[in-house]
Amino acid sequence: MSTRRVPAIDGWFTMPTDGSAPALIGTRDTTTGTYFFPPERASSRAPGGADAELVDVELSRTGRLWSYTDAGYRPPEPYVPVTDPHVPFAIAAVELAEEKMVVMGQVVAGVAVDDLSVGMEMELVLDALYSEPDPDGADGDVVEHVVWKWRPVGGTNAAGAVSAGEPS
Amino acid sequence: MTVDQVAVLGVGMHPWGKWGRNFVEYGVAAARAALADAGVDAADIQFIAGADTMRNGYPGYVAGATFAKALGWSGIPVTSAYGACASGTMAIEAARQRILAGLCDVALVVGADTTPKGFLKPNKGERGDDPDWLRFHLMGATNPTYFALYARRRMDLYGATLDDFAQVKIKNARNGLGNPYARYRKEVTVADVEASPTVASPLRLLDICATSDGGAAIVLSSMDYARRLRDGSDPTVRIAAVSTVTPTFPNTIIEMPDFATDSAAGIAAPELTFKQAIGAAAYEQAGLGPDDVDVAEVYDLSTALELDWYEDLGFCGPGEAEKLLRDGVTQLDGRLPVNPSGGLACFGEAVPAQAIAQVCEITWQLRGQAEGRQVADPTVGITANQGLFGHGSSVILTR
Repeated sequence: MSTRRVPAIDGWFTMPTDGSAPALIGTRDTTTGTYFFPPERASSRAPGGADAELVDVELSRTGRLWSYTDAGYRPPEPYVPVTDPHVPFAIAAVELAEEKMVVMGQVVAGVAVDDLSVGMEMELVLDALYSEPDPDGADGDVVEHVVWKWRPVGGTNAAGAVSAGEPS
Repeated sequence: MTVDQVAVLGVGMHPWGKWGRNFVEYGVAAARAALADAGVDAADIQFIAGADTMRNGYPGYVAGATFAKALGWSGIPVTSAYGACASGTMAIEAARQRILAGLCDVALVVGADTTPKGFLKPNKGERGDDPDWLRFHLMGATNPTYFALYARRRMDLYGATLDDFAQVKIKNARNGLGNPYARYRKEVTVADVEASPTVASPLRLLDICATSDGGAAIVLSSMDYARRLRDGSDPTVRIAAVSTVTPTFPNTIIEMPDFATDSAAGIAAPELTFKQAIGAAAYEQAGLGPDDVDVAEVYDLSTALELDWYEDLGFCGPGEAEKLLRDGVTQLDGRLPVNPSGGLACFGEAVPAQAIAQVCEITWQLRGQAEGRQVADPTVGITANQGLFGHGSSVILTR
């Protein structure tokens, strides 16, 4: 039995194998200096940036909590349920100082809204979004679809969340 | 830059509910009611604008033609408009433009929807390049997720309380009690709101609007046509402004269905937020300001969002909405009643019909026909809404 970790979406975040911290991948328009997440790769959306070159950049790994909420009910498809019954999970909107933008994401399991407050420092981690039997593997093999999540800096011991993308 | 006015000759609605019938039925009922109210024969209508529904198959995508066929083809041109929650206003704008351009004298605008149970969700199929699909898949972010982010922000920045949110619901529930078109006509107490389960903290079930079936329609005409129809007298209610602006880059407020805001690292954020710009464009077109407004219908997708609108429409400064609410200013008997119809709290959202329904309510208010929920002698009313993908709208009506 083995677990293969794959990104739940390609090209939106790094999955380093050397133990370093993961990051969201954005693009930056070199004319206006504007960042984009999800990465814009065709052309810049900034006024005056139509001919700008777009370069891939790793976005700041930490930011301040702009606001937060939770999912009290199981979201509809295409959300993939991970527990039955549904266990509420928190969702954060985090403001990145350098990029001057707010990026949403789930909060790692084990952190409830009562543990959060606006302005709190948050960091990016990779965590399982959902798992399923590995169609390309042996019996019992699992493929884990990984996504970025937020957690309070110095925060929690939430099971499963790792700040580095090493294969488990 | 003020713009010529068009006359609101007639308005009509099919009651909101969870009727489970075909949306065309509601639209036709609303259209016939609006035509009767206007005293205009269907055969005299020169243009039909339909607001599209995304959840009822092909007929929903070509709503203008769907309603024209159901009312009896008469050879006139049609258009179909989609702009999420602003769809109804986009249809109104299509009709108004046609009238102001002199291409027709009298037009019919119709929007209707049949909605599924539960959260609004994206259409079926795996679509890895559709942010609306991806936000559910990668974050489990529903529409209330976003409403809740704004609500929590109000609590943190401005000291809004759960009781403030409950008081918005209580006010709107009371307003809707006597409205024959409202789906929910029942008093709500603080205890009711508190007892309802949390959907997206801090918002509880009764803080968030439901989704409904419903239909609304209006008959618009040129001022000349209206005078001819009324033996030379001026029409009672006119549309003074229609705003359907989009955000200005960089949009720094997180919005459905996005994962992130625009970045303000390269280009500074505009002076007005998107929601402020929606109202500002309407005021400019009408040559009026927030102080002129006597009654408002705003999109209370959540109770907290109604408070955001007080500020975004200029009824008070940032952070002052709770005071306006607590002082009773926005109650039915206050200085500036908001959502006298009962709002989305009593209707539930029927997306393509909702913006049209707001205009119907303001029309009844300006005519003094809003039985059981009439505001004292209003002369100027404003509507406002906002939806996904950079859509929002506002209409100003005058008497």
